[in-house]
Amino acid sequence: MAASAGNAIDPIHQFEVTKIVPIQLFGHDVSFTNASLFMVIVLLSVLGLMVYGTRSQALVPGRLQAAAEMAYEFVASTVRGTAGNDGMRFFPFVFSLFMFVLFSNLIGLVPYTFTVTSQIVVTFAFAALVILTVLLYGFARHGMHFLRLFVPSGVSPALLWFVVLIEVISFLSRPISLSVRLFANMLAGHITLKVFGGFVAMLLGAGAWAALAPLPLLGVVALTALELLVAVLQAYVFAILTCVYLNDAIHPGH
Amino acid sequence: MFITQAIAATAAQPGAAAAAKAPFPPFDVSTFAGQVFWLAITFGALYFIMSRVALPRVEKILEVRRLRIEGDLEAAAAAQKSAEAAVAHYEKTLADAKAAVQKNVQELRERLAGEADIRRKALESELNARIAAAEEKIAASKAQAMSNVSAIAAEAAGAIVRQITGREADSKAVAQAVAGVKA
Repeated sequence: MAASAGNAIDPIHQFEVTKIVPIQLFGHDVSFTNASLFMVIVLLSVLGLMVYGTRSQALVPGRLQAAAEMAYEFVASTVRGTAGNDGMRFFPFVFSLFMFVLFSNLIGLVPYTFTVTSQIVVTFAFAALVILTVLLYGFARHGMHFLRLFVPSGVSPALLWFVVLIEVISFLSRPISLSVRLFANMLAGHITLKVFGGFVAMLLGAGAWAALAPLPLLGVVALTALELLVAVLQAYVFAILTCVYLNDAIHPGH
Repeated sequence: MFITQAIAATAAQPGAAAAAKAPFPPFDVSTFAGQVFWLAITFGALYFIMSRVALPRVEKILEVRRLRIEGDLEAAAAAQKSAEAAVAHYEKTLADAKAAVQKNVQELRERLAGEADIRRKALESELNARIAAAEEKIAASKAQAMSNVSAIAAEAAGAIVRQITGREADSKAVAQAVAGVKA
């Protein structure tokens, strides 16, 4: 949402990563950027809700504590419902993932902020983390039996190789679909908002056409509501798909 | 991706020179290492604090509340049980008292009925006795009267005989005749 005078209607400018504190580590550029800044803001926001909000450990919760408890119970019921009671060992992981993605999406909706999850490298890192967890846990717990995941039962031997091929491809495409889904939703939503916002600015600067400016403004308002829904929904989708994939690691075989 | 690139291409015209050099920001590989580095730090910290501090704390809060609610419900159930016991005790006491009162009333009624019976019988027998005595008295009076009637009749007969015959009548024969008429 950042807009400077030079590129007031450049919808891509908001995704630019700019250095704040240049840092070099082992020849890699790990500068503290606006992306890093908002990761820290997201971290502090989640901590504010989950640690500061629950500090009094009240029997009758206040507003923050009630929200923290709701988040806990929501994710806990999602994990339990999707991956069973065994899946609860991954509850802290899924919870952290959900909260990080949710707060990134929501904070990114505030004008002039940076959306952490609008960077493909971030969403792909999350997706890769999920798939690596699935693979490591799957093989650690079931050994080679984990490969039964790719071999559905009750398929005729003639077709089996083909089904296994499809299963392998679908497994390999998971990290891609998981990361691109979140990234593309955030990216497209923010670009659309920016473009409509740009229409308002352009119409206002176009003489009599300024009378039409409220129309895209209404569009921006409606889109903001939609983006709010998308922000929460995509965080939920990310969390529930993580649970589904983890469930495969816990209970391989269909 | 096609659409976003198309938008990028058309919208980046004010800074066309810069856009020609810099790639689409989310695909700018030069930022990847830094983003992954800071993501690892922030997400790692988040995971560590969530799993060590926040989530156990929320779990504890929920557990304490669950136990408290269960305890309160149990206390409420116990209180209800004792209340029910008290109600049962009260009803039993009430029923006992009612039964005792009814028994007393019944006994009293029977006693009073018995006493009344006795008094009635005594009164009846007294009245019967008085009736019998009166009847006896009446009978005696009647007999007296009847005997008086015989004497008067005999006297009258004797007088009639004396008037007619001019001599004293044989009282015995007169009495006999009167008795014969009377019979």
